[in-house]
Amino acid sequence: MRNVWTIARREIRLYFASPIAYIVGLLILLITGIYFVLVVYLAGQSAFTTGSAPAPGPDLVIGLMVFLFLFAVPALSMRLMADEHRNGTLELLLTAPINEWELVVGKWLGSFLFVFMIILVTFIYPIVLNSLVTPGIDQGLMMANYLAITLVAAAFLAIGTAISSFFNNQFAAFFATIAALFFLWVVIGWPAVVMQGSGAIFDYLNMSKHFADMQAGTIALSDIVYYLSLTALGLFLGTTAVEIRRWK
Amino acid sequence: MIRTSGLTKDYGARRAIENLTFEANQGEVVGFLGPNGAGKTTTMRILAGYMPPSFGTAQVAGFDVIEESIEVRRRVGYLPETVPLYPDMTVFDYLKFMADLRHLPNADEMVDNALELVQMEQRAEGYIANLSKGMRQRVGLAQALLHKPEVLILDEPTIGLDPAQVVEVRSIIRDIGKERTVLLSTHILSEAQQLCDRVLIINKGHIVAEDTPENLQARLVGAERSILRIKGDTEELMAQIAKIKGVQDIKTRPDGALEFQFAPGVDVRPEVAKTVIMSGYDLLELSPVGLSLEEIFLELTRDVASTKKEK
Repeated sequence: MRNVWTIARREIRLYFASPIAYIVGLLILLITGIYFVLVVYLAGQSAFTTGSAPAPGPDLVIGLMVFLFLFAVPALSMRLMADEHRNGTLELLLTAPINEWELVVGKWLGSFLFVFMIILVTFIYPIVLNSLVTPGIDQGLMMANYLAITLVAAAFLAIGTAISSFFNNQFAAFFATIAALFFLWVVIGWPAVVMQGSGAIFDYLNMSKHFADMQAGTIALSDIVYYLSLTALGLFLGTTAVEIRRWK
Repeated sequence: MIRTSGLTKDYGARRAIENLTFEANQGEVVGFLGPNGAGKTTTMRILAGYMPPSFGTAQVAGFDVIEESIEVRRRVGYLPETVPLYPDMTVFDYLKFMADLRHLPNADEMVDNALELVQMEQRAEGYIANLSKGMRQRVGLAQALLHKPEVLILDEPTIGLDPAQVVEVRSIIRDIGKERTVLLSTHILSEAQQLCDRVLIINKGHIVAEDTPENLQARLVGAERSILRIKGDTEELMAQIAKIKGVQDIKTRPDGALEFQFAPGVDVRPEVAKTVIMSGYDLLELSPVGLSLEEIFLELTRDVASTKKEK
């Protein structure tokens, strides 16, 4: 675990020195911030004119954030492994006394902690919202939403790490990751719609379906297991990719 | 120490090295000498635990490179050909990162020692991106020396350095080689002669010769060659020179000069010069031909082929 943490720490430091990470972080906070203000303002106005209006829920910015993550995560994960290979530093890491999985998990953990920090900053929205609406927001629902976005971020980043391990070029990794996330988030659910009853398996594989369940406030063990398995699968594939490079 | 047996590596259909068997003992500096693409880097990568061989075995510091790769990597200091550095880190942070990965107990102190060894203490807080090629090479070397490894594997350690730095780096390597095992690769013959106790000459994935630099030198200088350049037609003169006792293998070079060979110790050059002058020709040049690395390889590969036939 010590090696994982050593790798992760370097990765976090690198994010704080990288323009892409700042741009991505700022864009997420800026877009969600504007959206939050607009929605709250409109709700306030309609409450003023009609006397009362339904207050925005604590899931207000979470849905938008997941959508932004579909593009932001690939931008953050693209260079994780691809850059090491292009730089020749993969040779350094693979001749250091650490295991392949420690390297891959460390990379993922570094990126996850960075994204988690962004998620924590957005906590300000429910806090503000709580002070605006009476009798306050549904805190259980809020926690379910934040658990959902955290699990989604973990899974997205694991997929991004795995894809970055297969590529030498970070931009190729970027587009491949967007494609993979789009597939798992949207496309994989389509057969279920067409096949109706017999498409349950596609419903289960659909990332956005599990997310919608949690966003509505029901935290099922199967949803958590699904996201954790997807994260583990991504990390396993990333490790395998590094091993393949070694043997090639 | 390093011990390999039948080491072979295939990249797809291409065989990079074939059946390499050699040893390097403690307190010995062994040089890998060969042209680019001979298989030096491949061999070193295998020994450093970067990739496994296709066939054969290798032990480094007493551990198997496939079965006990991590143990091998703990004990090896490795400087790859392209120095692996993170430009966005400071020299100190970079070495500290490597020290942490190696779980060194007093990391800060070890980093300072390594920096002192390569004389980079002044630049410890500078970013690697701002360093010159020579300085980067030294940081790479510091990384390889950081944990005081039993075995040091250096791929072209002096490439890209200016002459003064080359001298420094060579003296560092010589010092380390007194107690530890050093395997280094180079394509500079004189470097191998200066640094190494033993030289392995590798060409097209095979070891074509293995000896001390002195013995190799003696073997290579089995015959001395000279160039003779005169004004005018060489044809008539060639016949006369060929008659001189001791002159062998005389021929005309494409540029018109004559080239001949003689056994060491029987210097025929004074006699050749006299003959030229006496016959009324103008002597323009009479100079020794240095063996280029290419010629040495040709020489050595030919040697190996002919000894095989004799057997």
